[in-house]
Amino acid sequence: MAERINVLKTYKIFIGGKFPRTESGRFYQLNNRSKAIANVCLSSRKDLRNAVVAARGAFEKWSGSTAHNRSQILYRMAEMMEGRKDQFISELVLQGVDRKEAKVEVDLSIDRVIYFAGWADKINQVFGSVNPVATSHFNFSLMEPMGVVGLVAPEKSGLLGLVSSLCPILVSGNCAVVLASEKLPLCSITLAEVLATSDVPGGVVNILTGKKEEIMVHLAKHMDVNAIYLTDNLEHKKSVQEEAIQNLKRVVLGNQISWGDRTVENPYIITDFMETKTTWHPVEVISGTGSGY
Amino acid sequence: MGAFISPKVDKVGIEDRVNRITKRSIKKEAKLEGLKMALNMVDLTTLEGMDTVNKVTQMCYKAQHLHDEFPGLPTVAAVCVYPNFVKIAVNALKDSPIKVASVATAFPSGHSSLDVKITDTKMAVDAGAHEVDMVISRGKFHMGDFGFVYDEIAAIKQACGTSVRLKVILETGELGNLDNVRLASDIAIAAGADFIKTSTGKIKPAATLPVTLVMLEAIKDHYYKTGIMVGMKPAGGISNSKLALQYLVMVKETLGVKWLDNHWFRFGASSLANDLLMQILKQSTGAYQSANYFSKD
Amino acid sequence: MNKEIKPLKFSGKWDFDPAPESVDHISLKDQYGLFINGKFENPQTSNYFPSVNPANEEHLSMIAEAGEKDINAAVSAARKAFDGPWSKMSAKERGKYIFRIARLIQEKSRELAVIETLDGGKPIRESRDVDVPIAAAHFFYYAGWTDKLNYAFPNRDPKPVGVAGQVIPWNFPLMMAAWKIAPALATGNTVVLKPAETTSLTALKLAEIIQEADLPNGVVNIITGAGATGAGIVNHQDIDKIAFTGSTGVGKIIMKAIAGSNKKSTMELGGKAANIIFEDAPLDQAVEGVINGIYFNQGHVCCAGSRLFVQESVYDVVLRKLKDRIQSLILGNPLDKNTDIGAINSKEQLGTINKYLKIGQQEGADMFQLECPIPKKGFWCPPTLFTNVSQSHVIAKEEIFGPVLAIQTFRTIDEVITKANNTPFGLSAGVWTDKGSKIFNLTSQMRAGVVWANTYNKFDPTSPFGGYKESGHGREGGLHGLTPYLNF
Repeated sequence: MAERINVLKTYKIFIGGKFPRTESGRFYQLNNRSKAIANVCLSSRKDLRNAVVAARGAFEKWSGSTAHNRSQILYRMAEMMEGRKDQFISELVLQGVDRKEAKVEVDLSIDRVIYFAGWADKINQVFGSVNPVATSHFNFSLMEPMGVVGLVAPEKSGLLGLVSSLCPILVSGNCAVVLASEKLPLCSITLAEVLATSDVPGGVVNILTGKKEEIMVHLAKHMDVNAIYLTDNLEHKKSVQEEAIQNLKRVVLGNQISWGDRTVENPYIITDFMETKTTWHPVEVISGTGSGY
Repeated sequence: MGAFISPKVDKVGIEDRVNRITKRSIKKEAKLEGLKMALNMVDLTTLEGMDTVNKVTQMCYKAQHLHDEFPGLPTVAAVCVYPNFVKIAVNALKDSPIKVASVATAFPSGHSSLDVKITDTKMAVDAGAHEVDMVISRGKFHMGDFGFVYDEIAAIKQACGTSVRLKVILETGELGNLDNVRLASDIAIAAGADFIKTSTGKIKPAATLPVTLVMLEAIKDHYYKTGIMVGMKPAGGISNSKLALQYLVMVKETLGVKWLDNHWFRFGASSLANDLLMQILKQSTGAYQSANYFSKD
Repeated sequence: MNKEIKPLKFSGKWDFDPAPESVDHISLKDQYGLFINGKFENPQTSNYFPSVNPANEEHLSMIAEAGEKDINAAVSAARKAFDGPWSKMSAKERGKYIFRIARLIQEKSRELAVIETLDGGKPIRESRDVDVPIAAAHFFYYAGWTDKLNYAFPNRDPKPVGVAGQVIPWNFPLMMAAWKIAPALATGNTVVLKPAETTSLTALKLAEIIQEADLPNGVVNIITGAGATGAGIVNHQDIDKIAFTGSTGVGKIIMKAIAGSNKKSTMELGGKAANIIFEDAPLDQAVEGVINGIYFNQGHVCCAGSRLFVQESVYDVVLRKLKDRIQSLILGNPLDKNTDIGAINSKEQLGTINKYLKIGQQEGADMFQLECPIPKKGFWCPPTLFTNVSQSHVIAKEEIFGPVLAIQTFRTIDEVITKANNTPFGLSAGVWTDKGSKIFNLTSQMRAGVVWANTYNKFDPTSPFGGYKESGHGREGGLHGLTPYLNF
């Protein structure tokens, strides 16, 4: 019997829950030890524009879903990742990661999704507050998602870095536009396939591959993006911060610790992408009830 | 006209109640009975800019011959057309128990003078309409001119005379919230509406279960105070049998079984009738049905 | 209000056909042992008692009665698991086990709902839509806490207490098991749990789920039996914490038994909640809330809104609406998807309720009930309300734990606050008004652990639940529900 020819996968981008090719038709070749392993979409600023429109469109529903529901959906994402473990590992290996390390990275990535899933319905219990104002008012502060967040994904950690920076954005109800790692983009598209089958609504996460430097500036300038998480590529810190000023985008900078470090698991990176909202409400005060306690 | 004060409505509570109503499971004989009852409550409607004599005539024929292959079916309650087609419909239906309803009062926007609205109404009445479906002035309502809204309904009621029943369309999709739905219901009922109706069908959202519940509660409170029954007609957006049965459950559990009659409850719909027919046949034969076997007019 | 007007009629036309939930997908054994150290064991007492369907008095299964030796075995299994694998496991891995339990409950949700309804008599609509989903959500919520405790209690280095002995009631069997087990496991404790003797089955199904989830042996032990078994757990020397839900009377006995020991405790006890309707309330929704507040689960709810206070100006219309709504309720086969009112949980409880119905009438209150056919077999009480009631009536003072509402009127907010607080209980309260500032006034004045405003009987894993005064101490649910299972 003749040898079976493998079917090769076309890596596409992820916008609004669909997998289009870049509108520009461009690609770049991904190599490992000078062997071509994939032709990856070289996204354009128009792809970015479409991704932001998709993210904005998804925001109302995603942020309006219950925290419990978002928690379940992120947990579902971990379940689906568990089923694709081998695929993630072989993709990491294909891109040059040592197999043993790849296995550790994938395990840790799944656990990390679960860690952040657990925060969805707890973040306001820990960071919300009731404020004892001195007038007759009930006053409370709650954390709310910001809106559309641009994530410039970690360059050197194709899966672990991606989920560790993406989940804290999503869990509170933000929608994300992700610029994937240039050198390690394969897992991001496979993660998109996970997202597409995990009850995460279309548009909540949008993933673009390509040259970050080309698109980043348009992300930083975009008037309908509320925040940017610049996980590395910190050489662009100044220009991103300057462009972000136009609509006072929040710029959150990565702290350059290893994505495998335990301290990456913390809630403060979630609140970095949240606003605090305080509500005042009158409390009728009656006197002389004499109601005995 | 004194100020209108209506009871408050809590939307979350309304939705909880609706949720519970939709959980009712209607099976077997009760399902068949419910489907037939719903069919008998349909106001078969065509309100298009492109309506023609032929279209109206075809619809009137359909109203009398819903599905001749299956004997023992009830008829629909009424057909609903624009005033200029009333004569055609009355003529086509003269040997049947099916009523002719006509929209009037510058339907669907209601933007015209009272004189024009009365003329519009009289045109329908003179042509032989049994029922008039008027629209309220939503602009005036939002401006807080409730007296205007009330007076207009009262004037149209007068133009209808004693034998023509008046349905008052609140166009709830434009009223903004359930408190307004309740207030508009109370105004319409106080001004003499025989029926209150949710929608023209031209605005989304049209009829919904929460809005209908609020209107049914207004009818109930009026009954408690006066003993007078007012009818209810959700219109638009009710296209399948399951939803129609949920409306009937709501009527039954809110106003009781006396309202389960096409004298007091109607569905304004065009595609609902065929879905009910398909479900009735499914219920009787055990086989799921295909739309190809049910005439569309 | 015109009282001459004919009442509305809710039956006699288009009455619904039976729509029973199917039971052929559930599996029940003829006999259940004790779940100790990961295995189902025969009781060393060799005694079994029957579990009966209260809706038709049919036999369901035989349940083992745990004696002293069994309790010892369960506690020692829990201790071994606590000292062994459970303490050594990372918080993250512990969490994954709890997530598994949540998921397995979701997967088997319909089976659990049907068994809950068969065993306890509650309508399938409630077991399907309330009990089972909340049970799953509780495990899911607390699973997420395991590796985050340091954020709940900063600078306090929280540590598990050890072995928790948990005794739960018959009104929400699976849900109560979840409320007890989930926070205990999340904080690293091990558990010996005893369900009520009339409703052991879903707890035993939960034991099977825990087995299927592959939890280390002994982390959860579920032993069955009546009061003596419960007392055995409470008095056991090697138990570090008691969590009890039940009557105030039994709660006091337990408190006495553990006084002077080092055992921590949480007590979730009885209630006689005030549900208050002001004249500016959305009345139809308030009436619906009153119905849900007192007739949910046949009134077998510690936080049931059993005392209704209506402002005098709207009393007539509220009463009329209430009576009409009661007439539209459907009483009957709990497995029927349309049933609103199921069976009373046991013959004994029906006796208690009937005793109070008699007392209410003897006290001169007017009784109104749903007029409906009552099934010949099983234990039934139609939804009931009493009018012409005052604070001094026994039916307004004592917890009936049945579908019985005592209605009083009031004139001013001061008066109603005084009356609402005029009770030794303090579990919950309800308030219905369109005015926000009045709500917050009420919530600050009520001496009750939970106050519902324009809603009633809402439960959520994130929300702390528990009482003031003789309704108990400690909270279950939410971040606060972690505290009782931790040492600092």
